[in-house]
Amino acid sequence: MENEKHHIVPSYMTHIMVLLGLILLTVITVLITSVELGAYNTAAAMLIASLKGAVVLLYFMHLKFDHKIYWIMVSLVIAIFTAVIVVTFFDYLYR
Amino acid sequence: MTDNIETRHEPNYLEYRGKHGGILGWLTTTDHKRIGLLYFYSMMTFFLAGVVMGLLMKYELISPGEQIMGPQTYNGLFTLHGLTMIFLFVIPGVAAVFGNFFLPILIGAKDVSFPRLNLMSWYLYIIGAIVVLVSQFMGDGPPDTGWTFYAPYSLKTNTNVVAAVTGAFILGFSSILTGLNFIVTMHRLRAPGMGWLRMPLFGWALYGTGWIQLLATPVVGITFLMVIAERVLGIGFFDPAIGGDPILYQHLFWIYSHPAVYIMILPAMGAITEIIPTFARKTIFGYTAIVISSMAIAFVGYFVWGHHMFTSGMSSTSRWVFSLLTFLVAIPSAIKVFNWTATLYKGSINIQTPFLWSIAFIFVFMIGGFSGLVVGSLATDIHVHDTAFVVAHFHYIVFGGTGFAFFGALHYWYPKMFARVYNFKIANIGLLIFFIGFNLLYFPMFYLGMLGMPRRYYDYLPMFHSANTLSTIGSWIMASGLLVIIINLARARRGKGKEVDDPWDGKTLEWQIASPPPVENFEQIPVVEHGPYEY
Amino acid sequence: METVTHTHPADAHRDDTASKIGMWLFIFTEILLFGGLFIVYSVYRYMNPVAFHLAHEELSITMGFINTIILLVSSATVAISISAMQKNDRRTTMLMLVATLILAAVFLVNKYFEWGGKFEHGLYPGSDLMKSLSNGDMLFFSLYFFMTGLHGVHIIIGMVLLAITLAKVRSGRVNGGSYALLENSGLYWHLVDLIWIFLFPLFYLIH
Repeated sequence: MENEKHHIVPSYMTHIMVLLGLILLTVITVLITSVELGAYNTAAAMLIASLKGAVVLLYFMHLKFDHKIYWIMVSLVIAIFTAVIVVTFFDYLYR
Repeated sequence: MTDNIETRHEPNYLEYRGKHGGILGWLTTTDHKRIGLLYFYSMMTFFLAGVVMGLLMKYELISPGEQIMGPQTYNGLFTLHGLTMIFLFVIPGVAAVFGNFFLPILIGAKDVSFPRLNLMSWYLYIIGAIVVLVSQFMGDGPPDTGWTFYAPYSLKTNTNVVAAVTGAFILGFSSILTGLNFIVTMHRLRAPGMGWLRMPLFGWALYGTGWIQLLATPVVGITFLMVIAERVLGIGFFDPAIGGDPILYQHLFWIYSHPAVYIMILPAMGAITEIIPTFARKTIFGYTAIVISSMAIAFVGYFVWGHHMFTSGMSSTSRWVFSLLTFLVAIPSAIKVFNWTATLYKGSINIQTPFLWSIAFIFVFMIGGFSGLVVGSLATDIHVHDTAFVVAHFHYIVFGGTGFAFFGALHYWYPKMFARVYNFKIANIGLLIFFIGFNLLYFPMFYLGMLGMPRRYYDYLPMFHSANTLSTIGSWIMASGLLVIIINLARARRGKGKEVDDPWDGKTLEWQIASPPPVENFEQIPVVEHGPYEY
Repeated sequence: METVTHTHPADAHRDDTASKIGMWLFIFTEILLFGGLFIVYSVYRYMNPVAFHLAHEELSITMGFINTIILLVSSATVAISISAMQKNDRRTTMLMLVATLILAAVFLVNKYFEWGGKFEHGLYPGSDLMKSLSNGDMLFFSLYFFMTGLHGVHIIIGMVLLAITLAKVRSGRVNGGSYALLENSGLYWHLVDLIWIFLFPLFYLIH
């Protein structure tokens, strides 16, 4: 982690495109959940939410442009949290 | 014991006078060493209060029937004993005192990355402690839930749970900020040349601890907030009467509180890892293995919380999953024990007080660890769950582990902190009395638990009488040992001890500077050219 | 992983990277804070699928959708304000921060009306109606009020941070050469958005 700044400055246009993408995904998720897909509704809604989350992390929060240590840390934290949910559900799924 | 002439003219951290002198100079300090001592003195106060509570409880249990207190008082007392010892002593524990004092020095830095945040952590700690204390005198009496605040009882009892839980929440915040500070410090402030794999192992232990503090504490924080919301706002989360699941409370509570055990024990292991090479006069055996095992303990330890809940009624699938994971976490712990003993092999062992504490640590830690396997396997746990066996087990780990390492570290670093040596002979006698008392106090509880004596009762059947009396006598012996140790150290502090710079000839960076350390630790940031334990 | 640079961070008076790592670590604790609630939510939804489905129909998708868009736009404005600062464009930075603050306020106003509607119908924590709800409904609305309420608190904290940043940009203490505070408040704001991205489908879009 060198001290000097990373000078990759995302342009205004990048941010606007990312925003449009996020809005599009939001519209899609609302539309998808209004049709009957059974259990897939929840899966689709969560998948799209995760996708949106990833976009926010990568572009708005600069993970894509920053030093990769942040990326590693974020991935680890998300992995650990996911694992905690899975392990918790070992109880509820089989009770 | 050379005088470091070039650093001698610098004022040391004890004499330094900044904007404020005296007590105000301490309360406004951002010097990590002074903050470490602030933690030390406040924690020792709480620890001694907790010891007194423990002694009272043991006295109540000397014979069957009511001795000095009734059931409600006893319930309040074990709750407060647990709260004090867990949240005010062992969780900040070795990390807050010795981590604060020595981490920056060990990695060759002048301070932690965020000194003011560091002071704020201490204030949060004190505020949290005060709130916990206030909970004893406000409302409808001291909480009687045990330190675990299990729902639904914690939602129903009339005692002052809200204040106690708020206090624990604030203490959690303090712990998070300390962990955050340490992690950033290790990322940013290691001396030039000190790659990650040249960092002293105490640093690595604190690094793993920091991550647990960051990732586990918020979960219990939110759980406590939910308990408060449920009690104050009347909304529902855990009360089965409105569809809540009390077992979910237990999940959330232990998602933090099991890793919290590693918050307590990892820095303790780290301190032991610093002590052993110094007295074996030999480099640590398997540096990388210890690094990996520290991180593995932190990681796997995050997924074993369910072993506190084997009898709670959770699914049998999760029971065996948690049992399996629990057995896995024994592996990295055992690796550490193996590394410590292997370090001693063919070393030129210098038998001194800190070394003896380390050996005592390994002994009690192993008893604690093995009894942990008994409660970690499903079949045997059902027999001993919620009995005195469990009490014995976690006191061997938490007190025997963290407590012994705390005193070991104190005896090891004492000459560095105050530039005085204590009387070695009295220190060793104190340790011996303490050690005998400790085992006499807790070992009978294994036996009592096996026979089926439940924990958290102020009374018991006559068949448990003799072992309980033995245990109570042990508590007196242990307390006398503690007294000897503390008086010995206090005498040295008051100037009775000989002045020294470095009585052990240690190799890590803290022994390369003057004692007591100068205000800024290093006049020039050292350049590190080799690993931490080169003998 | 690290290279020794000519200036060791210990010598610098200011270490922006350290503050940024610190901010990220703090964000992790926030993620786990809400993470605990997400665990509770998923367990109770798993246990009461029908009740959760029926209860969510009380919530207005339109309201939730509008608020989602507002937060997404505000996240973009914060991101642009940082890019602007990196390009030394103080005017755009301030403009974008003001826009973010306005959007945040609109979000809160929306939330106020949304909650207010519930309160008018007697649905609020501790009310008689709330207590008379069936088990699953009770859990749903408890979680709804608690999670969106906690999120609202985070919105307010984020607004305070951004307002402080705005003042410092104005006075020039945050500038093109030193904008760690802006970056970190921005990170915090994105976190608030990130959490809402998950809250929206979980509460408003259950099918």
